[in-house]
Amino acid sequence: MTTLPAPRCLIAEDEPLLAAGLRADLAALWPALVVAAEVGDGASAVAQALAWRPEVCFLDIRMPALSGLEAAQALAEDWPEGVPFPLLVFVTAYDQYALQAFDAQAVDYLVKPLDRQRLAACVARLQARLADRAPAAEALQQTVAQLRTLLGAAPPQAGATRLTVIQAQTGNLVRMVPVDEVIYFEAADKYVRVVTAEREHLIRLSLRELLPQLDPAVFWQVHRGTVVQARCIASARRDDSGKAFLSLHGRPETLVASRLYAHRFKGL
Amino acid sequence: MPTEASLPSTAVPAPAVSRPWRGLLFTSVLCIAIAVVLTVLDRGGFGTKLVYSFAIGLSCWAVIDGMRIAVNGLVRRARRRRGETPDGPDFLVGWRGMLPLALLAMLFGPPLGLTVGDALTGGRSTSLLQFGATSTRLTLAFSIIGTLASVFVVSTLERLAAARASAERAQRVAAEAQLRLLQSQLEPHMLFNTLANLRVLIGVDAARAQAMLDHLNAYLRATLSASRAVQHPLADEFARLADYLALMAVRMGPRLQVRLDLPEELARLPVPPLLLQPLVENSIKHGLEPQVDGGRIDITARRVGQQLVLAVRDTGAGPGAAATCTDTSGGFGLVQVRERLATVYGGRASLTLQAAGDAEGGTLATLHLPLS
Repeated sequence: MTTLPAPRCLIAEDEPLLAAGLRADLAALWPALVVAAEVGDGASAVAQALAWRPEVCFLDIRMPALSGLEAAQALAEDWPEGVPFPLLVFVTAYDQYALQAFDAQAVDYLVKPLDRQRLAACVARLQARLADRAPAAEALQQTVAQLRTLLGAAPPQAGATRLTVIQAQTGNLVRMVPVDEVIYFEAADKYVRVVTAEREHLIRLSLRELLPQLDPAVFWQVHRGTVVQARCIASARRDDSGKAFLSLHGRPETLVASRLYAHRFKGL
Repeated sequence: MPTEASLPSTAVPAPAVSRPWRGLLFTSVLCIAIAVVLTVLDRGGFGTKLVYSFAIGLSCWAVIDGMRIAVNGLVRRARRRRGETPDGPDFLVGWRGMLPLALLAMLFGPPLGLTVGDALTGGRSTSLLQFGATSTRLTLAFSIIGTLASVFVVSTLERLAAARASAERAQRVAAEAQLRLLQSQLEPHMLFNTLANLRVLIGVDAARAQAMLDHLNAYLRATLSASRAVQHPLADEFARLADYLALMAVRMGPRLQVRLDLPEELARLPVPPLLLQPLVENSIKHGLEPQVDGGRIDITARRVGQQLVLAVRDTGAGPGAAATCTDTSGGFGLVQVRERLATVYGGRASLTLQAAGDAEGGTLATLHLPLS
């Protein structure tokens, strides 16, 4: 057995004192652990984790730009093939729904204020998991399954009404696009691209705000940034990495279904 | 977390004003009294007089309360059929509602009662149409007096019961509003994050930790007493906001900048305690926290004519972000401020929320309060 290189971690926490506190506590409990990156928002957490590929990520749940859960989702979708997926530890002050979901899961979570003994138990668990590391693909599979449960555990949006027509504005012109003519929606920064057979529109709304207004039986989320009308999917071809490539009726382009959602495309 | 949802519902069952047994009890007492009086006046048998007295009294009561129960039952059923809540206001309640019933009772009660009495005693009373007969005059006089007395007593009892029920309801609504205010101010996420920061500070900078604890003490004390005190000076309001913002400044570090501007001559003006708190919290939560680089909060007080103008402005995400935010508690904060304004100032105060119309962007919340 060869000596493993020192494990590295990423700390994503928007409150500077709390990040410093976690770093200090980890230094005392796990001197070998190297803090590869310390970031204050979810988008930087994804970028830095993809760049450094740490073994462990501590993700605060409530952060600007992307929440800890959204960052985890982005990592699971974009993580390169063959590299061990990081062990995720979520940190939260008070998010009941998230805690309930974690309880049933193997991913660890910590509650603020961090208690030394609890952190020590978490470190022991992480060390055991790293020493007995499952093959990369298997670990990713496991995390993907856990994230699926977590994302499904988010509270449903109350009082959301279903959209029937989308009002897309360009200049002074407002186009009325019936929702059932939309082939797919795609997130583009703070906008959403609305794609029909003939044309595409931009609407000033995030996908997160749009999703609760769509019927989940009709419009399937296939990626954190893509929602497709199921009847417009002509075929799905799965590849070894767990993704699926979707060809469409009425559009020439191919869409990608991420690891988190590709399980929907199984033969009957 | 939608904390409002966990509160008990404000729905209070409609006060059971028309309690038939009250009228029945009073009618029985009245019937015995009338039988006694008649026995003394007429020197007849008390038993027979009691039977007739009860027969007539209960007939009158049956007309009044029977009609009331039937009418209100029909009204409820009609409401239910129209999809409304069945527990609306009852009809035929109080003096005005009961008088037409009393007239009906005086018309139909005595002949009905005499018929029943005849059947029970096997006797044969003088027809009530013979107005000259002494017995007819006595029967009608006692029926009218009895019915009116009964209507008066029952309607008075009902009025008292309704007043008591509405006082209880008002008290309950006030207690719930107080609890909601407290829950919104002691938001667990804020509290535990503050404690987490404090825990770290104790280890690295004890003096700063003590200062933070002082701010937390002042903030908690103000929050707990805010629901009791009616007004406090504007200077105190600014001091409590400064405590809260000092806590947030420790948490957010350089991402939060604060400017407070209270002119000396306005410092002693009275305002409802922690009125601005929900607006400042909204600025932090929906304006600055979602921004990677944070921003600035300006809180100002000005006098414009006969109005005190308080403004909370941030350089954050702008009002659109709060409106579409998935968390509903932001909207709840504004509702709460508007409710308090309406309670304290009636229609003379206002709250507006708009995009801060300059290059720095963000949201501007403005309160206009009357000075007198």
